[in-house]
Amino acid sequence: MTTLDKPATTATAPTSAAGRDRPIRRELGVANVFSHGFLLIWGLLTVLPLLWMFISSFKTNGEILADPWGLPGALHWDNWARAWTGAHIGRYFLNSLVVVAGSVSLTMLMGATAAYVFARYEFRGRQFVYYLFVGGLMFPVFLALVPLFFVVRNAGLFGTWTGLILVYAAYSLPFTVFFLTAFFRTLPTSVAEAAMVDGCGHFRLFFRVMLPMARPGLISVALFNFLSHWNQFLLPQVLMQGDESKWVLAQGLFALSVSQGYAGDYARLFAGLSIAVLPVLAVYVGFQRQVQTGLTAGQLK
Amino acid sequence: MRHGKWPLIVTFLVPPVLLYIVFVVSPYLQAFQISTTDWLGYSADANSVGLANFKTLWNDGYVWNALQNNAILLALVPVLTIVLGLFFATMLAMGGRKGRAGVTGVRGGALYRTVYFFPQVLSVVIIALLWKEVYHPNQGLLTSGLHALGLPAPTWLGDPATAFWCVLAVMVWSNVGFYVVLFGAAMSAVPKEIYEAVLLDGASRFTTLRRVTLPLLWDTVQVAWVYLAIFALDGFILVQLMTNGGPNFSTDVIGVRMYDTAFGSETKFGYASAIGVVMFFLTLSVAALSLRVGRRDRIEYS
Repeated sequence: MTTLDKPATTATAPTSAAGRDRPIRRELGVANVFSHGFLLIWGLLTVLPLLWMFISSFKTNGEILADPWGLPGALHWDNWARAWTGAHIGRYFLNSLVVVAGSVSLTMLMGATAAYVFARYEFRGRQFVYYLFVGGLMFPVFLALVPLFFVVRNAGLFGTWTGLILVYAAYSLPFTVFFLTAFFRTLPTSVAEAAMVDGCGHFRLFFRVMLPMARPGLISVALFNFLSHWNQFLLPQVLMQGDESKWVLAQGLFALSVSQGYAGDYARLFAGLSIAVLPVLAVYVGFQRQVQTGLTAGQLK
Repeated sequence: MRHGKWPLIVTFLVPPVLLYIVFVVSPYLQAFQISTTDWLGYSADANSVGLANFKTLWNDGYVWNALQNNAILLALVPVLTIVLGLFFATMLAMGGRKGRAGVTGVRGGALYRTVYFFPQVLSVVIIALLWKEVYHPNQGLLTSGLHALGLPAPTWLGDPATAFWCVLAVMVWSNVGFYVVLFGAAMSAVPKEIYEAVLLDGASRFTTLRRVTLPLLWDTVQVAWVYLAIFALDGFILVQLMTNGGPNFSTDVIGVRMYDTAFGSETKFGYASAIGVVMFFLTLSVAALSLRVGRRDRIEYS
């Protein structure tokens, strides 16, 4: 309420410009310190665990146990080596790359083609097929987990990357189709019509004209899918049991954490986690703006 | 030219539809069917038992315990995340010193946003394993920090009284940054003249936030609410990796319950599917409810 009265009281005493400014300026100054304080606290809360992880990955297990907040006496890269080769984090990392490269490509190809048809063509049953896809957004993966396990096993795809790629792509289709259909609809029809008049065929129109025009939308969805596939844990946990050499990174990290419980090799766990964080950090810092807009747009549309 | 459209429609639509039907639609349909059997997994021996699984479920104390935890998450995670997200987004958007009407952003706002958002791109597995170490009762970041200050520290995830709140805190921690950026983007779409006019009229910051910002952002807040509600009903990965539902089922959630029932020591696939069906209807009703309750007219700036 005091702030509401302020303009009235200052207006009655317009003696000096500086005197009139002071209360407002002081209020802004207080707000500034106040906001920086809170912002800094949350920033620290976010950074501290990650920083601790990186620092601990260079310490010996003795140092970690004796002084968790301390700095390493020397940079122990052997922790990283133990994680990369000993715990096979390197192999799991490459496995993840192969699976995600396959699944994102497949998702984008199938999602873009289906979305294009929904956005641009009229035919009987279009609404039904569209809602069949988009309805998938409402269903939790959990519901399908048990039957999915058997579908994949009966198809002979249990424990294979192909199976994982197909399943990732299938479960990403609802969102991808939903997002890209909306995006294709926003593209101007005049360009497509002009190309048609010039004798451009349907397929050529899609690959040469519409797909390049839809680039911003495609990039957003691709980033979104990349992160969700890279971070996937539940599906590989169920569909890739068994053969350890084919595991993806998330499974490898989990196994590393479980074995750490017995072996007490904390430094190796921190090194493994750091190895998993670094490339994500690099991509994030490099493509920060695209990642942020891609992910937030994904939620808003 | 429209007569030539069929080759394209067929080649473009048939592969995705087939993939989707095989791996998504058919498992969902089967789940409903399996939930009415007493199927115990790897043998083909499954008898229809009608709704018996759901009756067992109704009397299953562990399921109710898990559901209760999910309900607490549902009540707290969205509220805390959205309040903190709005708070920091407001700070970033209007905490600046120089602006005449106080509507400039703080210095270094972009850096704050970058840092805050980062947990969002991290795998939940990494977040869970990292925080498990932060909460470690001996050499964890928290315990040793408190001990260094001469304060006593709880055993965090080891104590049934604190474990649940520790997991809840991680859920909020990992989500806030995303909503700061989301709300920040929505706020930057509000014309600055509105704020300047309001502040010239002498409104305080809090009034501005409550009476101007929040109503203008309502659409975004509502979307955030639905997503966070669905997130709170899940929480499977964090819980499984940090505590696996323990100690003494104090952090159990419905997802963990279902996973253990299906892929734990005994493979009660019929019963697990019944839990899945319940989760489906819960998710559906929570999403529908949040959309119904918060519906308002969309505001567009010209």
